[in-house]
Amino acid sequence: MNGFIQWANETMFLWKALIIIVIFAITLGIAAYSTWAERKVAGYIQDRPGPNRAGWGGLLQPLADAGKMFFKEDFIPAQADKWLFILGPCLSMLTALMSSAVVPFGDAFIIGGKAVTVQAIEINIGILYVFGVVSLGVYGVMIGGWASNNKFSLLGAIRAASQNISYELAMGMSIIAILMMTGSLSLRTIVEQQHGFNWNIFYQPLGCLIFIVCAFAECNRTPFDLPECETELVGGYHTEYSSMKLGFYLFAEYINMFASSAVTACLFFGGYNYPGMDWVQAQLVGAFGQTVGQNIATFIGIGSMFTKILFGIFFFMWVRWTVPRFRYDQLMNLGWKGLIPLAVGNMIITAVAMLSGYKLAGIWIGLAVLILIISIFWALRPRKEAAVLGA
Amino acid sequence: MQLTNRAKKTDKSELSLFERSYLPSLATGLGITIRHFFMKKPTIQYPEQKRYLGPVFRGHHILKRDEEGRERCTACGLCAVACPAEAISMVAQERKKGEEHLYREEKYAAVYEINMLRCIFCGLCEEACPKQAVYLRHDKFVPVFTEREDVIFGKDKLVEDPNNRYRRDAWTKEDAMKLWKND
Repeated sequence: MNGFIQWANETMFLWKALIIIVIFAITLGIAAYSTWAERKVAGYIQDRPGPNRAGWGGLLQPLADAGKMFFKEDFIPAQADKWLFILGPCLSMLTALMSSAVVPFGDAFIIGGKAVTVQAIEINIGILYVFGVVSLGVYGVMIGGWASNNKFSLLGAIRAASQNISYELAMGMSIIAILMMTGSLSLRTIVEQQHGFNWNIFYQPLGCLIFIVCAFAECNRTPFDLPECETELVGGYHTEYSSMKLGFYLFAEYINMFASSAVTACLFFGGYNYPGMDWVQAQLVGAFGQTVGQNIATFIGIGSMFTKILFGIFFFMWVRWTVPRFRYDQLMNLGWKGLIPLAVGNMIITAVAMLSGYKLAGIWIGLAVLILIISIFWALRPRKEAAVLGA
Repeated sequence: MQLTNRAKKTDKSELSLFERSYLPSLATGLGITIRHFFMKKPTIQYPEQKRYLGPVFRGHHILKRDEEGRERCTACGLCAVACPAEAISMVAQERKKGEEHLYREEKYAAVYEINMLRCIFCGLCEEACPKQAVYLRHDKFVPVFTEREDVIFGKDKLVEDPNNRYRRDAWTKEDAMKLWKND
């Protein structure tokens, strides 16, 4: 046994493979049960109980849905580009699953005297990797919409592409403020710097707001679900899809929700950190010894991370069943005229606050000044004369 | 011209900067939905729970017996004539000697059939009946059928069970709920 642990520690291959498989399984499981939770939340918000026939509380509903999807006719339109048509949903699913690879779900386990971090891969440009993979995700939608050879699909795909590009800009700029504070692109470093209750949300309230809004747009969730706006575009980019190909598209959306909740939790809500974690760890180490205490503390940290992720997913659903869909020009106005200038302002404020040496106070004073400047410009804006009736 | 007092005057004045950010109205909306999230759900889980339908509900048909347990129906055919959906058909027969304890009148319905796919549960048969024989129960639905053979309900399903007589007596909600549970 000891020899085995030593061998596993030397290569790290086994531990990493185990962690990758577990994260993969958890991602898929949470995504599957998000479909159930979505319908349950929708039901509860609309004063009805939601699905409750398949299994206790409807818990077998995802299985029933998957079974239904598999038994539907897998239809490919005659005029469609067959290979691209198949490639679309595969690409969507692939990129969605790849994005949670760099997310640190917890601190390190100590196995046989060696620390094994709870993360699939630790790369020092983690956040860039996430951005790269997420921006690849739009290709799945684009290819699917294009290959369907259907004007509704194409319009949906074009909308998705332009929306994702617009909001990626604001998202990236809101992240830059965080990167300036932490000085690292590694998600693990960013999380480690938020030790205890020192979360980035207190330093970057505006950045957090912009990031969350952009995350909604990137996931094509209401109020930004114009790519699949059924009142205008039938089904948007997946109009022509049926069976498990459609299932892949829908499933990819839920995986994206999970991934973006995880990234939001890491960037702004402290990841696996929670208030009083040092005290808890000290108590556990005192009670169970160094190794076991540390491992239990790591488990609690993972629990705190998943609590944040699940609340993030709930928030996605909560907003979906509250806010109606934007009109297209409103979407673009918000992205280009609202969020991007604000993100740039946030960047400048953070830079000044960093240079001044008073990080927290500087940022809040800067935000107050920003709001003041915007209010002054708002008050001084040129107004149209009120239209006179009959004129 | 003002017809009701329900009209609300909308505020069409320009939004302030704070309102323009849509964050306050977004927060209000989220507050409303989360309140509904925790509210009690009014849903009735149908096959397990049943709604109170009231004593005048028109459900499953019943061919009543009189106090001595004899069938009241005399096969006059007025219900069939009254039926707007032409759902009722019957075959009359003369009562033989020794059957007086079974049928009250000298003529009785040997066959009495209601096509439940045609029936619209209007209750006109009930109104037409001169012998107070046919009623629509207030405490029982027509059960679901999945075969075409099950559509036509004969006397075996319609005539009142003498051991479990039907009375339209549940005039309060509590009484009616008891009836539904026994069903």
